[in-house]
Order: sequence, then C-alpha cells, then structure tokens
Amino acid sequence: MFRNVAELVELAESKQKKISTLMIEQEMEVTGKSRDQIIDQMGVNLDVMEQAVEKGLQGVRSVSGLTGGDAVLLQNYIKSGNALSGELLLDAVSKAVATNEVNAAMGTICATPTAGSAGVVPGTLFALQNKLKPNREQKIEFLFTAGAFGFVVANNASISGAAGGCQAEVGSASGMAAAAIVELAGGTPAQSAEAMAITLKNMLGLVCDPVAGLVEVPCVKRNAMGAANAMVAADMALAGITSRIPCDEVIDAMYKIGQTMPSALRETAQGGLAATPTGRELEAKIFGLPLNKK
Amino acid sequence: MKFRSVFDIIGPVMIGPSSSHTAGAARIGRVARNLFNREPKWAHISFYGSFAQTYKGHGTDVAIVGGLLDFDTFDERIKESLEIARKKKMKITFREEEAVPEHPNTAKITVGDDDGELELVGISIGGGKIEIIELNGFKLRLSGHNPAILVVHDDRFGAIANVSNILAKHQINIGQMEVSRKEKGKMALMTIEVDHNLEDLVIDEIAALPNITQVARIVD
Repeated sequence: MFRNVAELVELAESKQKKISTLMIEQEMEVTGKSRDQIIDQMGVNLDVMEQAVEKGLQGVRSVSGLTGGDAVLLQNYIKSGNALSGELLLDAVSKAVATNEVNAAMGTICATPTAGSAGVVPGTLFALQNKLKPNREQKIEFLFTAGAFGFVVANNASISGAAGGCQAEVGSASGMAAAAIVELAGGTPAQSAEAMAITLKNMLGLVCDPVAGLVEVPCVKRNAMGAANAMVAADMALAGITSRIPCDEVIDAMYKIGQTMPSALRETAQGGLAATPTGRELEAKIFGLPLNKK
Repeated sequence: MKFRSVFDIIGPVMIGPSSSHTAGAARIGRVARNLFNREPKWAHISFYGSFAQTYKGHGTDVAIVGGLLDFDTFDERIKESLEIARKKKMKITFREEEAVPEHPNTAKITVGDDDGELELVGISIGGGKIEIIELNGFKLRLSGHNPAILVVHDDRFGAIANVSNILAKHQINIGQMEVSRKEKGKMALMTIEVDHNLEDLVIDEIAALPNITQVARIVD
C-alpha cells in the first residue's frame, strides 16, 4: 500500500513495475477482486469517457445556455490549419471541453476525479491517440496511473471544490493527467511525479467560484487550461526538468491553501467570478433572482 | 485512508454536473431509501453549507430525489426524478438551512409513510463519495477510513453474535464495532467497520437473519 507519491515512485523503481501496475495490484488487494474484473471495470469507465467526448464534439448545450458548442469551434479552428499553439495541444483542450460540456448538459460522464474536472484526463488521453497510438490496454493503464496519483491527493489533501477550491478538482485532475501522459510516453515513474508536481504548482490557489453555482462558468474553460497545463508539464518532465519542491510537499501545500481559503471561494457561488456584476446578472437571469438575495 | 479504491478517483460513471452535489447527493438519497426499505410517501430534505447555496444549479435536489426513487448515479431517469416523484404522489419539501455544518456538503433527509419514519444526515466528501453521519438521532462515530455497514435490529440477545458469525464465515475482519440503542428491547443499531468491501451476498445474508430490520453500506 502506498500512502504518498514518494512511496509510489520508490515501489515502482524497486520492483521495476509501472505505476499503473502497482495501482491495479493495490486494487486487487483492497477489493479482493481479480485483475480481469478490475481491468474490465476500468474499461467501462474508458468507454463512457470516449462516448462523452464524441457527444461533446457533435455539439451540446446546457439547460442554462451558459455553455456548449466550444468544443466544435475549436475542432473547426484546428482544421483551418491556423492553430498557433499546436494541433495536439488544442485537440486535448477541445476534448476536455467536450467532456465538460456534456457534463454541464447533464449527460453521462465518468468523474475523474470529480465531475467538474472530468474533462482533463480523457481530453489528454484521446488527444494522444494519433501520436502515441495506445492500444486499449494502454489506455486503461493510463487511467490507473492517473488514478494512483489522484488516490494520493484524495487521501492526503482533497479532491472536493467545496473543501479545497478548484485547485483540488481541476488542479488534481491536471496533475493526474500529466503523470499518466509521462508513463504513456515512456517516461519513468520519477518523471511522472515531477510532471504532477509541476502541474499542481501552477494550479495552487485556484478558487472554486462557479457562476450561479452551476458547473459551467468557469469550470469548462478551467478544464481546457487544465488539459493544456498537463500536456506542457508532461513535456517539461520528459525533457528532464524537475520540481524543486517534491510532489508530496506540493500536495500538502495545496491542502493547506484549501484550508485557509475563505468559504466564499469554495463552491458557494458567493465570491470570485460568481460575484462579478455579469456573474450576478447571469444568475438572476437563470434563477429569476440572485441566490444570495433569496 | 478515506479513499480506498481507484474507482473512487476514476469514477463513478454518473449523470452530470457535479460528483459531490449530484452523484453524492443521489447516493445519500439512495442510502435513505435502502434503510427505509421501501418507497417513502413523503420526504423532507434540508440542505446545509454549499449544498444550501448551490443545490439548484447542481441538480442536488433532483439527484437526492432520484436516490429516494432508488436510481443509481448513472440512471438517466435522475433528470426527471421530481416529475416521477410527483406522478407517484411522493410529497417532497426542500429547506435551505442557515446553520453552518461541520462539512460543507451536508444534507438531512427525513422520509416516511403511514407505517414509520427515518431520518439521516449524510455528507458528500468529494468525487461522489459519501458518509452517513447520523441516523434517527444516533451519531454514527465512524472513522470513515474503512468500509462500514449499518445494521438496524431489534434489541434481542444473539443478534450481534449472529451478524459477527456471518462476517467470520466470510473471513471478514471487524476493525471497529459500535452498538447502541435508544431503549432496552427496542430499536438498536450496529455500526461495523470492516477491512474489506462487502459483497452483496454478505449483506443479503445479514439482512435475512432473525431480528434484523435493515442493513446498508454507509461507507464503501
């Protein structure tokens, strides 16, 4: 059983095993289920993720009308050939957006680690499909590696926006994705940990301030940037760049920042973007009157 | 460790938009339904903290009623649960409470019909994972670190021994156990924390024992 990232990396190195393998083995131990059962269960989650991305890329709109259609805009833009920041990167962004647009439209998604941050991990995974050509087994492993890092964050800090702000949700999701990208690209377990640390460092302090309390604005675009952040951090780690602050200490810092974050910025729709004039106006339009004036 | 399974992190498969406010809420509602053991005729639902502030936007109300109707987190019918409840003549009331709860995502559900009532308090701790912290006024002192079941039973000799025998038969170790009752010979509760997740088969066997009223998983 690993309790933190340092133990996870040490286990992987000493046993010469991939992080995904260690996560599967731990799951077998905890649940008493067979390897095949566990892999099949993750396969179901993978299928749900793929269907959500496909649905989002066809264009969806939420009930409130606040979000939807941006994944399509991005795909069209990529096809124009004028993309400045790289097609693969934007593909990841559009697929993250697609997932969260489906989520906002009350469609079926797989929480990774939460619903509000469900776009980052599948967005990056399906964008890497053409470049790294993972088979189904490798895609499933990607999810176990992401899960292993999320497992550490959930147990040592938090993955709840109400408890720790958006850094705990999209921040965690991005770190998880970065670590999994590194493994899929052939990086070492230590590089996965570096990628997680680099990503999460850049998400520290991110507040949860959803307009009208809906998982739409700014959640969809935070997933977009979370995916971009994960891709870049994975590249940095694969280039050999390390984080001066070890991954576990970054996770601990995230936890402490969350604890000192005021409640107005933890999923209560009382501060940040939710409390801007436009945020309040949108809220009034959707619900008839502002939530804080009821 | 609060999160024990990788599927707490990669999962659940669910109807959006929020794992804590939608999927978690559905799960709290479903525990109430399972403990009540039948479809309630009415339900009073109180929201605290972030639940009170944002339940409309997150579909927390729809999800919790979906749970009361025995829908799982990925059941498409969740979206229409208020309408379905209305058709079934289930009376539902919601309250936004001002009191500041210990956990930001807290809901209290009271369900009932002509034959009885049940009240529980649940919290949604992130990623769709929940804990039940109070049942019918009993505080459930769980560590939250291990899977746990709640057994409601008649306060009779042998009831506790029978339950622990079944766990022993399935080689399940009890980490912590608490028994409590309101009055001698009346309703009593066992909260049992175990080292491994319990299969449905074990739960069913316990439920079939004499003097056992209800069994539900409260932490998985």
